[in-house]
Amino acid sequence: MSDIALRVPFRDRPLGRSLAEYRESPGAVAAFVVTLLVLLAALFASQLSPQDPYDLSKLDLMDGTLPPMSKSLAGATYALGTDEQGRDMLSAILYGLRISLTVGVVSTVIAFALGSSLGIYAAYRGGRFDSFLMRVVDLQLSFPALLIALVLLVVLGQGMGKITLALVIVHWAYFARAARGSALAERGKEYIEAARALRLSDVRIVFRHLLPNVMPSLIVIATTMVARAISTEATLSFLGIGLPITEPSLGLLISNGFRYLLSGKYWISFYPGIALVIAIIAINIMGDRLRDVLNPRLKK
Amino acid sequence: MAVFILRRLSQSVVLVLVMSMLVFLGVFAIGDPINTLVAPDATEEERQAIVVHFGLDKPLYEQYGRFLGNALRGDLGRSFKFNEPALALIAQRVPATLELAFASLLLTVVLGIPLGLYAGFRPNARSSRLIMGVSAFGFSVPAFWLGLMMVMLFSVFLGWLPASGRGTTVAILGIPVSFLTWDGLKHMILPVINLAAFKLSLIIRLTRAGTQEVVMSDYVKYAKAKGLRNGRIVLVHVLKNTLIPITTVLGLEFGRTIAFAVVTETIFAWPGMGKLIIDSISVLDRPVIVAYLMLIVVMFIVINLVVDIIYSTLDPRMRLEDQR
Amino acid sequence: MSAGSNLSVEGLRTHFFTKAGVVKAVDDVSFSLAPGEVMGLVGESGSGKSVTGFSLLGLVDAPGKVVGGRILFKGQDLAAMSDEQRRRMRGSRMAAIFQDPLMTLNPVLRIETQMVETILAHQALPRAEARKRSIAALERVGIPAAEERLSAYPHQFSGGMRQRVCIAIALLNDPDLIIADEPTTALDVTIQAQILHEMRALCAGSGTSLIWITHDLSVVAGLADKICVMYAGRIVERGDVDEVLDRPLHPYTRGLIASLPSRSERGQALYQIPGMTPSLLGLGEGCAFRDRCPRADASCLDSPPERVVSEGRTCRCFHPHEGEPS
Repeated sequence: MSDIALRVPFRDRPLGRSLAEYRESPGAVAAFVVTLLVLLAALFASQLSPQDPYDLSKLDLMDGTLPPMSKSLAGATYALGTDEQGRDMLSAILYGLRISLTVGVVSTVIAFALGSSLGIYAAYRGGRFDSFLMRVVDLQLSFPALLIALVLLVVLGQGMGKITLALVIVHWAYFARAARGSALAERGKEYIEAARALRLSDVRIVFRHLLPNVMPSLIVIATTMVARAISTEATLSFLGIGLPITEPSLGLLISNGFRYLLSGKYWISFYPGIALVIAIIAINIMGDRLRDVLNPRLKK
Repeated sequence: MAVFILRRLSQSVVLVLVMSMLVFLGVFAIGDPINTLVAPDATEEERQAIVVHFGLDKPLYEQYGRFLGNALRGDLGRSFKFNEPALALIAQRVPATLELAFASLLLTVVLGIPLGLYAGFRPNARSSRLIMGVSAFGFSVPAFWLGLMMVMLFSVFLGWLPASGRGTTVAILGIPVSFLTWDGLKHMILPVINLAAFKLSLIIRLTRAGTQEVVMSDYVKYAKAKGLRNGRIVLVHVLKNTLIPITTVLGLEFGRTIAFAVVTETIFAWPGMGKLIIDSISVLDRPVIVAYLMLIVVMFIVINLVVDIIYSTLDPRMRLEDQR
Repeated sequence: MSAGSNLSVEGLRTHFFTKAGVVKAVDDVSFSLAPGEVMGLVGESGSGKSVTGFSLLGLVDAPGKVVGGRILFKGQDLAAMSDEQRRRMRGSRMAAIFQDPLMTLNPVLRIETQMVETILAHQALPRAEARKRSIAALERVGIPAAEERLSAYPHQFSGGMRQRVCIAIALLNDPDLIIADEPTTALDVTIQAQILHEMRALCAGSGTSLIWITHDLSVVAGLADKICVMYAGRIVERGDVDEVLDRPLHPYTRGLIASLPSRSERGQALYQIPGMTPSLLGLGEGCAFRDRCPRADASCLDSPPERVVSEGRTCRCFHPHEGEPS
């Protein structure tokens, strides 16, 4: 069977067709490129940075709060200025981006796996487990994510692991609800009935038949959730309850620069903010386009 | 209807109980309060006396029972920092937050619904695309960033608007409000816009989507076939149908607004309950944290209940299902 | 046009300018209607019968547009009217009833609101007076306890009652013409028959002309005076109902009649017109029915003109079934 499938040209397979459709929007392509660049920048932060921003021996307090394009005492240029400790902002942003993206992506991947397994299982199993799970989901979603994350962090304390855990707890419910919804819809369809009539095992039906059909909508949600997780983490860190000073994400950098913003030294807050917003918007545009492309309801 | 409300109320009581347990357990898990209560150089005897005084030697369920008993009497403990009843401390800050919240809700309704209607009626007009573009932006950027940018632009660089505090207040029935003085109003502008930005984007999107759906509907076509004037079609037939989901969302958004006031109040140093909770978290003022959380839980339950009731009165189809 | 006619349509064309190309939904349609006369407009879905109705009402939505022809209503040219004049016409002189009353009545407004606004949109009356007239209209269409029902919402009525409400709304301003677009399709057969009967009586009594748009030839048989058969945007045959049904000229009409269940013997397979309705998009020259027609030949590659067979009877076909009974 699989060799027949292989002979279908890529552009005619669902994934290929979706990709071709995605490419039709120039804005979405640009967003994809920007997202890719942001990812690469975060990945190679240590190679790209002019300075290791957290090696205190490299920092010179004499270079503190210099505006963008200033020369350091040693002669290097600080393209985006420095903070109060003489830290190169460009380097700090690249490192901060890495922390922000890691928290966003890791928390979403875990929430995705956890939420969608629970959701699909609930749809498949039904009964009490299903109604209990949905009760919990509804209850949780009726409170704002920021508030729940805030409470969790008060209880858990600060740190990357803890904020990731908090974001997983906040976001799993979205995946669970969506996965259950589309799994329920798919379950009633004829191809699942057919698979059952063929006496395929439940595991096989779920993984080979149900999952691939539920996947597109989950991917769309995951994209949005990465952006939301990054945004929530930044907000919490800005409020001083997200990450500790030892793990300076973009939100923490912005928070740190806020004090100087009021005295006109805008760059310490401004550029990390721009980096944050570019990342969030690019991911969101990608998510919107993916929704248009992958959402079967909107297709003719 | 009465049965519905009673059922929901009893559910709510259970929910509050469960939440109080969670909050109590959660806050119990944050470190050992004895360390914050006892001076580091205290003797073992003084230490024991304080432990007994606060009942910290009792088993957890007894401590919870005491907490619950006190809470029912309106006593959620005293703030460590201010040495005042926590609830009273929060109550003093509530009006400032509510002022911001109501003002931003008002801005959202007054601006969001007309803009959404406009964009829904002319989806292809350039101005509609601009509206939708800006709302997509407001929808996705973090609120605190937007607040910072506004401070940077309007307070620091242009110097038009103040960036912190409530400005001059006037007391109404003993409650200070900002919106009645020119200075207070100026202090409100940025925080209110900041707090409204997300809601505004959301309401524009919702109104537009609802309008587009309703405009395509058979009953609008039928209303035209009846020879109704355009104004009546828009204001009665389209708006009434679009407003039902919007009212629901606005109600729920009110709760979110209170939660997000945490961010706005921090940026603009607005002395509301959001600023208080952030300050309390940073000094681990547990009674205030617990009191805030319990208040928020109760508030959300009330809001959800009220929204459900409003929804069922607005939509005649829901009303009938209720009677059955 | 004859002097006593209520409505006369000549060469009406309504086209839809879509991205994929121009769809000629209504292409050169002509007919006329005397006061009190009932005309059945019959065709499959997509034949352009509903678009014809909306063109008369002036409610064709973009990308659709009336691009040609003349509509004379009570001697006035509708194309020459302003939007405001058309609005005043709609709902008063020219009323409409649509297919699904559950979808056409606004679900969140009381019946009273929806009736009273129809009167007040056209004349300055005290509310109480408009209310009284609404009650009278509901009684006329046989709704019991009309005064109480007035404060109900649409979902509180049964399907048949809802459609009666719509008919009452259509009658509110004593129109000269009612355009009914598949008004009974969503209803049970028994209720359908009742409503047909009542509508006919109401129109005959008030001199109101009625255009009854349907895909069901058997509905029209018992109701209409005249019949127009539409296919792919054109009227292929038109005439008195008895003549058209007894001696159909066009092969398509013949096929339609042959496929009626009542026409076939028990146990005999129903007749089917072979092939499918053509797509109106990029429909070229020639008879649109030729691919499905048993009589088609090379001459059908040209568009057949509308040929007047006798007074009020026309046919668009090069090879009509002259004089043969169906």
